[in-house]
Amino acid sequence: MTDYQEYLDFLCTALESQNKNKLTLSEATTLVGDIGLSSLEVMEFIEKIEDHFDISIPLNILPDVNTIGELAQKVRELNF
Amino acid sequence: MLFDKFQAMADFQASLAEREVAPFGAVTEEILSATEGVVQGHKVLLAGTNNYLGLSYDPRCIKAARDAAQRWGTGTTGSRLANGSFAEHQALETEIAGFYGVDHAIVFSTGYAATMGMCSTLAGPGDVILMDGDSHASIYAGVKLSGAEVIRFKHSDPEDLAKRMRRLGDRANQALIIAEGIYSMLGDVAPLQEIAAVKREYGGYLLVDEAHSMGVLGDSGRGAAQAAGVEADVDFSVGTFSKSLGAIGGFCVSPHVELEAIRFCITAYIFTASSSPSVIASTRESLRIIGQEPQLREKLWDNANHLYDGLKSLGLPVGPTASPVVAVEMEDRSATIDCWKALMEAGVYVNLVVPPASPSTSFLLRNSVSAAHSSEQIDMIIAAYAGILEAGLINPPQAT
Repeated sequence: MTDYQEYLDFLCTALESQNKNKLTLSEATTLVGDIGLSSLEVMEFIEKIEDHFDISIPLNILPDVNTIGELAQKVRELNF
Repeated sequence: MLFDKFQAMADFQASLAEREVAPFGAVTEEILSATEGVVQGHKVLLAGTNNYLGLSYDPRCIKAARDAAQRWGTGTTGSRLANGSFAEHQALETEIAGFYGVDHAIVFSTGYAATMGMCSTLAGPGDVILMDGDSHASIYAGVKLSGAEVIRFKHSDPEDLAKRMRRLGDRANQALIIAEGIYSMLGDVAPLQEIAAVKREYGGYLLVDEAHSMGVLGDSGRGAAQAAGVEADVDFSVGTFSKSLGAIGGFCVSPHVELEAIRFCITAYIFTASSSPSVIASTRESLRIIGQEPQLREKLWDNANHLYDGLKSLGLPVGPTASPVVAVEMEDRSATIDCWKALMEAGVYVNLVVPPASPSTSFLLRNSVSAAHSSEQIDMIIAAYAGILEAGLINPPQAT
């Protein structure tokens, strides 16, 4: 199983193209509040993760995901 | 604060009021015919309804409604499970099941209740739903209520669906797949042959929402599954009476006898009053007309092709294929509102659609045609668009 840090690093790298405010991305960075992703951009980002790890991320988990770290943890659990 | 989240909407509505436009909830002050009305003081051609076959104003349907009101009163005042199941409701269930060639049907009070009710009830905790990403809000609401694991597949992408079914492993053969026939915003038809093939390969159950395709597609008007020749693969067809049938209400039909037990588990069916008998009676008459007058569908498609070809020839960014829904896709909100207002002033009412109701970040001028439109009326719609192009309100046009 890939370590949490590796998931986190992947997500931070993948988000750089949408990091319009040039924030330093970390596990505490929020997808909507800090990076400013729209709901559509969140879904497109989720699709990118799904294809990369060959997993499906249920919509049900999204209300519990605010930060990159929370998403990394969910992806890690789903890919276990 | 409780109300803070509504501020952005309040600001948007205020900005529309400043521009003296009210595209959302525009009040129709008078209906002159199936295709003409007075909206916000403008006598307009109605090109933004879902009255695909023009039956909302058919004298036979109006008579049926009037006679039923006389006989049964104005409302049932109760749920289908209490005092609200009249013989009319039962007859419509028999007739809609017969129309689809299956044995089981449920009639709901609205189309929203039908899709939301079925999607929230069929699958539950421990089950999996795979839904098209561009599904209607009623489907999203239903799956959220279901408690099932909800997985979204890319819009009308059977390969993506297949990939997700593969990932489910042994759970795939119990999954509920949800797709629509015609998607309401852009008018695109779902690739149901390919989606049904995925179901055949992996198993599962298929629910198709025919809200915008019933009466529009298929040899006898059953919808997109019939047109695609895959009705045998469809486990549940849901739809509405508020579009081609010109009334209000919804339905689910199925070959599965289990639908009779499911009926008693759907809160959107149980805890709401049943449709007024007049509504049911006009729906029954519309259903009879759809079955007997295929020329309505032919006229609808003639009009659809006419409008699509006309707007496309103007260079407007319309979708890849003709459909009774022809949407002009735009990128700028303010310009789209200006166009909507100009169309109204030119005597044409269309739908203004903004995200998240539109399937992307685009803004839409959504046009829909009816079998009741005359060829001259379709020309008027096209001329109104030519006018907004000449006025520079869409600049530059980008044909797709």
